[in-house]
Amino acid sequence: MAFVTPPLVDVQPPKWVKPSFGAKVKSATPGLIVVVACLYVAVVILLPAVSVVVQAFAKGVGPFLKNFESEDLRSALRLTLITACIAVPANTVFGLAAATAIARKKFKGKALLLSVIDLPFSISPVVVGLMLVLLYSPTHGLLAGVVNSLGWKIIFSTPGIVLATIIVTFPFMAREVIPLLEEEGWEQEEAAKTLGASDWQVFWKVTLPSVRWAALYGLILTTARALGEFGAVSVVSGNIASQTQTLPLFVEDAYKQYNTELAFGAALVLGGVAVVSLLLKLLVERLLEQDKNARSLESETL
Amino acid sequence: MTAVLPRQRRPKRFPVVKLPSWSWRVTWLYLGLVLFLPLGGMLLKAAGVGPSGFWEAATSPEAVATYKVSFGLAFLASIVNGVFGLVIAWALIRCRFPGQKLLDALIDLPFALPTAVAGLALTAVYSQEGWLGGPLYNLFGIKVAFTSLGVAIAMVFISLPFVVRTVEPVLRALEKEQEEAAWCLGASKGQTFWRVVLPQLTPAILAGVAQGYSRAVGEYGSVVMISSNVPFKDLITPTLIVQKLEEYDINGATVIGTVMLLFSLVSLLAINLIQVWGQRYQGN
Repeated sequence: MAFVTPPLVDVQPPKWVKPSFGAKVKSATPGLIVVVACLYVAVVILLPAVSVVVQAFAKGVGPFLKNFESEDLRSALRLTLITACIAVPANTVFGLAAATAIARKKFKGKALLLSVIDLPFSISPVVVGLMLVLLYSPTHGLLAGVVNSLGWKIIFSTPGIVLATIIVTFPFMAREVIPLLEEEGWEQEEAAKTLGASDWQVFWKVTLPSVRWAALYGLILTTARALGEFGAVSVVSGNIASQTQTLPLFVEDAYKQYNTELAFGAALVLGGVAVVSLLLKLLVERLLEQDKNARSLESETL
Repeated sequence: MTAVLPRQRRPKRFPVVKLPSWSWRVTWLYLGLVLFLPLGGMLLKAAGVGPSGFWEAATSPEAVATYKVSFGLAFLASIVNGVFGLVIAWALIRCRFPGQKLLDALIDLPFALPTAVAGLALTAVYSQEGWLGGPLYNLFGIKVAFTSLGVAIAMVFISLPFVVRTVEPVLRALEKEQEEAAWCLGASKGQTFWRVVLPQLTPAILAGVAQGYSRAVGEYGSVVMISSNVPFKDLITPTLIVQKLEEYDINGATVIGTVMLLFSLVSLLAINLIQVWGQRYQGN
């Protein structure tokens, strides 16, 4: 006796059968999830972001542009850019060096070292500022003697601001590049080396191109954070208008002084930078993905 | 030097190429100057205070009140984000709807937006003349900005992305077959979620909550703007450190700073442990 399996047919209830209440609830669940998710994000994130734009242009475009005639705002913008121009390259060099040094080495305490590199992410920025004050303050710092005898001015001055920014932003680069280098093998570098390339050549022509998008991603994150850092900088800067005030500090100070328009004008500049960095990030993410796909294809064909 | 080793003496797992030694040196020099020196400096200063002085400053009523505000409200905020973060991650991975890309991009905004701008924006929205603060005050008599509720909202804002971003990859990697198997075995949708899906997501959710908590506890820029910074009411610990520094109470600032540092070390350890625990699932 042979068993004949009936063909699989998607059995649907006849059209005239009304779905039960339970089925209605079930089919509504995904919709509910989407609505809750969107509402939550709209209230928590979108609304405040939109309010900055609206408030900045509350009196029209003319008054908004007039904000930029303020000498304090301009000098704050200048200091912020100078800080980023020093901190970002310094951290890029460190990030790439740390990645090439750590990623492919196996040693005891590697996980610990990686956690230590991540530490600035979990320390409160205020504590970072405090550490710098305790070290370099000319009156009660541990290195006060050295700082004073050399005549350096670190706290309440640009070097302190730059240092604080560096500490807060240095993990980004290493963090993005290390996983990628870990994933890749050594073969390419090995080949370059056996063909007679020097260490530098290997780094510039093999290692760096292979991590270029990850490095760019790290660079974007570093820059965005360096331009916007508040806590660490506010502790070491002394917040003197036109001298040691970065743009984020200016935003807070202007708001406290009831210069609402100036505050929102400056905030819009910073917010614009943040949005641009987000868009760039999305773009680079796509490039990273493409790169990964291309690589996996390559390794399949090999 | 390195390339001329005879072939049979080459160790199995190590390639001929040696790491350029400069990168190793740069890493340690930089870490030393930028991280270890300031860390060591603060610990040295804290050690100079002495155990009894340390204990007294760390547990002064003023400090304990700020711990309650900071750690308590951050806990509340990270729990709220744990629930909603899961919902958002689910919507992003398992549902298709218009505006999904926008939602995805918006999640990262709290990471990208400078905290001072976030503080300004939240204060504007939740003050008594604000878009949400106004109706809340007029209809329910709830004050948000310049109270501890405002502080909690700022903490929710800055810690929102963590849970979403840790849950997303795990949810995406989850095999649909498991849910189908559970369904075939007669489990309801609810049972499938609670017994099959959620246990696998738990480590990721916990890791995200812990990261968000750690961030919310340390947050300064946005909270200082929306808080009234009144001691024993809504003053957070980082602001207390700043105030102590401004009053030249260096020892007090050092001690409370060290407490915060110890907390972030512990939370870093906890997050690592949770991630190790979570990899159990990925290994199978």
